[in-house]
Amino acid sequence: MATVAVPQLSGYHRPAVLDWIMTVDHKKLGILYLYFTLFFFAVGGILALLVRTQLAVADNSFVGNDAYNQIFTMHASAMLFLFIIPVWAGFGNYLVPLQIGAADMAFPRINALSFWMLPPAGILMFAGFIVDGGAADGGWTAYSPLAQQTGVGMDMWIIAVIVLGMSSTIGAANFLVTMFRMRAPGMTMFRMPIFCWTMLVTALLQLLATPVLAAALVMLFIDRNYGGQFFDPNGGGNVVLWQNVFWFYSHPAVYIMILPGMGIVSEILPVFSRKPLFGYKAFVFATIGIGGLGFSVWAHHMFTTGSVLLPFFGFMTFMIGVPTGVKIFNWLGTLWGGSISFPTPMLFAIGFVSMFLIGGINGTYSAAVPVDFALHDTYFVVAHIHYVLFGGSVFAVFGGLYYWFPKIWGRQLNERLGKLHFVLMFVGFNVAFFPMHMLGLDGMPRRIAVYADSAGWEALNMLSTGGAFLIAVSMIPFLIAVVMAFMRPKDQPDDPWEGNTLEWATTSPPPDYNFDSLPPVRSERPLFDARHGDEAH
Amino acid sequence: MAAHGAAERQGMTNSMLGFILFLASEVMFFGGLFAAYFIARADAPAWPPPLTPEQIAEGVHLELEVLLPAISTGILVLSSVTMQYAVWQIQKGNQGGMLWGLFISLALGIVFLAAQLYDYTQLHFRADDTIYGTTFYTLTGFHGAHVAGGALFIAVVTVRALGGQFTAENHEAVEASSMYWHFVDVVWIALFTVLYIIK
Repeated sequence: MATVAVPQLSGYHRPAVLDWIMTVDHKKLGILYLYFTLFFFAVGGILALLVRTQLAVADNSFVGNDAYNQIFTMHASAMLFLFIIPVWAGFGNYLVPLQIGAADMAFPRINALSFWMLPPAGILMFAGFIVDGGAADGGWTAYSPLAQQTGVGMDMWIIAVIVLGMSSTIGAANFLVTMFRMRAPGMTMFRMPIFCWTMLVTALLQLLATPVLAAALVMLFIDRNYGGQFFDPNGGGNVVLWQNVFWFYSHPAVYIMILPGMGIVSEILPVFSRKPLFGYKAFVFATIGIGGLGFSVWAHHMFTTGSVLLPFFGFMTFMIGVPTGVKIFNWLGTLWGGSISFPTPMLFAIGFVSMFLIGGINGTYSAAVPVDFALHDTYFVVAHIHYVLFGGSVFAVFGGLYYWFPKIWGRQLNERLGKLHFVLMFVGFNVAFFPMHMLGLDGMPRRIAVYADSAGWEALNMLSTGGAFLIAVSMIPFLIAVVMAFMRPKDQPDDPWEGNTLEWATTSPPPDYNFDSLPPVRSERPLFDARHGDEAH
Repeated sequence: MAAHGAAERQGMTNSMLGFILFLASEVMFFGGLFAAYFIARADAPAWPPPLTPEQIAEGVHLELEVLLPAISTGILVLSSVTMQYAVWQIQKGNQGGMLWGLFISLALGIVFLAAQLYDYTQLHFRADDTIYGTTFYTLTGFHGAHVAGGALFIAVVTVRALGGQFTAENHEAVEASSMYWHFVDVVWIALFTVLYIIK
């Protein structure tokens, strides 16, 4: 399959800035997604530091109650809607066409539309801070009646989240068509790289769950602005209705936030273990299983409402631990007997497996209904979500950045700084979030700005705050490594890691049209085959 | 750009598959609204729910006339048939037949929207009169917006058809607009059934 020769046009070239704004190239859009989401990771991180500063000592008055509510709401909103969910679209945009050997996404212009919906939404959401009444402050879950009682910032938040949802819905359709129909010759579905599989299931979840969130947000908007009664018991509405429709989206959304991270880890572990992924098909079916079961566990966020069928949702929540456990064994089996090396991407991948395991266990623990009644709305839940979303997703984001940096930018990040980054972040993460388990068991509720000295929570909170600042410090070696990398010329070969998948079969960074030629695809590791094709299998 | 085999694949085109996936997300959007309606209705002590004395004094009463919406339903179903007729005609390469189908579907769609707007003026409740009013206007309003969007879609296709852009082999936009039109038709039949028929 030869590539169509691209004629070199002489004459007019767009200025670089216009080129970035008008591009429909999946690689450039992927990079834009990454810049955008990492910016909001920094913003959300600063808000997190404000939260932790407020909570560091008892009876603190660093920020007021109202400001605190806005800060923790916007911390979660930025991290979930403007960082984690779109960052996977960034990795997916850059990598999916390369990994399946395509020249671009199925709909390049819709792809650009998906990205360009994000900046206005992000600005709108954060513009809440400058309007009367401040930014959204009902928590990222925006429960009624709380969400009915706040200022216009909440309406801006609603519109922003609807726009972000539209972006991810049309993005999902784009990913699905790309993967269903644009794979290289020889690449059957079961030879597709595992990252693509996780993006495929993620896209299905986004396509089917995000519109339900849009419906919920529309109802909330109508209640707030047009006298609607959806969530108002006075007019026959039902406050628990919000929780049902919200979690019907937001529980699958939890898997939207973690599955591509699992995919990234499953790309990194085999490369640095010098083995194929253990149980490729089991991993694929486990991913599909998580996606399917993800739609049947939403009410485990609502055990204490008294209006959900506890045995069913408790049981289904235990069930979803099964495919997740399968994946842990996939990863351990990949490492087992491998010829393991520990460059920075591998450290982050192993960090992911160990931290996500803790997040999985403390999550399954809360699936037991009586336990959940005791732990509901305490810091134990905060510990859980940070172990899966930070210990899981964020470690995978950095693992992916270190792993694909040479491919995307043609340069290598400094190994020593990378290792320092990992160690500081790993220690800081555990110092910040492990004490939250104890605080939760001790009864500390989430989302409170002030606690009394007599509660005895100060020491652990101070420890946690120290950990949070250590995480912030860990970003310094990362940023230095990035600056150092950009000061060097692009010197990376096609395949610096001896990778398995097709993105390593082209130059670093790839040309606009991606591939001059593709190696034959006869397994899920075409590049391994190309390197060792003449050896006996 | 067709370097890597994409164009040679069999079956429907990428655009058609993308459009069907988009429709699936639309189904889920209405699914969310319908679910809210069912939950509200199942929770209500009576349906329509009881009014406050103030609302009764203002002349609110929660009642729906069936006749006009029933006629509208017939109009919308008929427009689905004429839309499908347009698709069948262009599949045979008959541009004139397709144009008639498109014109009539568009006209029927506009009549449906006008009838719904007129129906709104005849009602004695508003969106803030209990969950009944809220769900009624939200569901029919979002459906009406989708009918308007579908009519715009058909209008664009009609303009393109007048320009002779469609042939027996190449008429994807006609098929897509027809699928969208059937979708809003089916949603309306479900809405008409639960809002007007099931007491």
